[in-house]
Amino acid sequence: MAELLQFLFSGLTVGAVYALVALGFTVIYNASGVVNFAQGEFVMYGGMITVFTYDAGMPLWFAAASAVAITCLIGIVLNRLAIEPARGASVVSLIIITIGASIVLRGIAQIVFDKQIHRFPAFSGDTPLLVGGATVLPQSLWVLGGAAAIFAALYVFMTRTMTGKSILATANNRLAAQLVGVNVKVVMLLSFALSAAIGAIAGVLVTPITLTNAGIGVGIALKGFAAAVLGGMGNPAGALVGGLLLGLIEALTAGYLSSSYKDAAAFVVILLVLFFMPGGLFAARTVERV
Amino acid sequence: MTRPGMKTATLIVLIVLIAAAPLVFSGTYHYRVATLVFINAIAVTGLVVLIGYAGQVSLGHAGFFGIGAYACAIGATHFGVPPLACIAIGAVLSGAIAYAVGRPILRLKGYYLAVATLGFGILVAMALTNEAQWTGGPDGMIVPSINPRGWFALAGLKVKTAVAWYWLAGTVMIVGAWIALNLKDSTSGRALRALHDSEIAARVAGVDVTGAKLQAFVISAVYASVAGSLFALFNQFITPDAADFLHSIELVTMTVLGGAGMVLGGIVGAALLTILPQALTVFQDYESVALGVIMIAVMIFLGRGLVPSLANALRRRPA
Repeated sequence: MAELLQFLFSGLTVGAVYALVALGFTVIYNASGVVNFAQGEFVMYGGMITVFTYDAGMPLWFAAASAVAITCLIGIVLNRLAIEPARGASVVSLIIITIGASIVLRGIAQIVFDKQIHRFPAFSGDTPLLVGGATVLPQSLWVLGGAAAIFAALYVFMTRTMTGKSILATANNRLAAQLVGVNVKVVMLLSFALSAAIGAIAGVLVTPITLTNAGIGVGIALKGFAAAVLGGMGNPAGALVGGLLLGLIEALTAGYLSSSYKDAAAFVVILLVLFFMPGGLFAARTVERV
Repeated sequence: MTRPGMKTATLIVLIVLIAAAPLVFSGTYHYRVATLVFINAIAVTGLVVLIGYAGQVSLGHAGFFGIGAYACAIGATHFGVPPLACIAIGAVLSGAIAYAVGRPILRLKGYYLAVATLGFGILVAMALTNEAQWTGGPDGMIVPSINPRGWFALAGLKVKTAVAWYWLAGTVMIVGAWIALNLKDSTSGRALRALHDSEIAARVAGVDVTGAKLQAFVISAVYASVAGSLFALFNQFITPDAADFLHSIELVTMTVLGGAGMVLGGIVGAALLTILPQALTVFQDYESVALGVIMIAVMIFLGRGLVPSLANALRRRPA
């Protein structure tokens, strides 16, 4: 029982990170129809900038805040230089463009920082808590709480504020949104900034547990993408469920079956879900245009 | 694009290029890089059929490349099958797997298809990494060599191994290109291109959409597998990296960069992305940055790929 509990905790922690990355995918996908494979690099920059600012002698909160702010800027620049000019390109072209962007961002990180593995201290120490016979790192609670807070904040932002509603409107119908006076360009910019911030926060939260280096982006992006598709591309609730589910499947496979095939289990489940529910668990609301 | 001279012209251009390239080569290294270009071009030609003709994405084609490569390594090492026969076994195996997974996968579209093929590729790479007793695990395994020099010697020609490989891979690439070019104008090829433009219109016109997609998927898998086999035999060493996600992306990028709709475009893309990293290593740390920037720039400014865009520009220029 304690063992199962242990697997559930670690699965939920990792799953929360996947959920945040999937949420980042969702925000950009909804505003622009682009799946941004550079999403994992946002997580990497969140962690790496914090590490280097902290090592330079800044307080941890300041290091984290500047990491999120700088990553936001990176997201905006990415939109301006790579996504906006490619408006209307095919799915394959967009995949290549964002993967190209991820290669560029990783390369820059290797030049600006280094290729080593880094971490910074956990927010409230490394003494594990005992819960029902299982141990939980305090940082795991930060990850779970942080993810919950971001989801709640995003929900309020999207449904209660004018800016959030204009993002939703653009996601629903770009042209109609433009007609009622939504500045679509600003919405795009905003969603890239938002998505980058979410990714960076995920990076800040999880780095004390998983460590970071310049090359972690690809793996994280794949998992986040898989989680987003599992839940149903473009659906924030789907991102949450897909991410947590993916984390749990991985942890349980690693615990009970084989740790070397934990990534395989995730993809087998995704393939099965897609075979039987081609739109993901929360099938997208959008109607296919003929 | 379907002018009758196009096919012959493409083949002649390719043959002339292959025949003329050694004139500027100075040493084994150039022959080896060119051989790699041909091998990648074979896999990419398969993707031209899948992406360019049929309009379906696959982010897992390195999986088939890996199956072909390991068929040669495992078949020869563990079962004593002659390497050349292993190429065929790998191709049949890849085709069969593509047929089996293609049925459910190809019902998906766009990003869903992308993630499903991605998942498939990752599963193959993972199996190759973890089944160490067969594959040597992440460290890879040695592949028994074949030496095409002997065949040239039979014909009374004296060549170095690298040179022999150059002609062998070049010939296979030409054959592959010839098949793909013929396919384009065949009934099946027209069906594929019809569903590329509009699946519904194709269906209305009586095209068996599911069957046509599956056909393209199987064909492209066989191309990738043959390329993988040749790579393993040429390199005499293989690691699971050959099957991983990044290699899949590399293959798709080659295809789209040169121009997915044309066999020649795919080959140019393969040449570019094989040679460029070799050339960029002088910039060391900036290599990947430069590569990424080139990928983005070509996609933004030459949306249909290098070759079609350039061909268009030339055609539009007043004579």
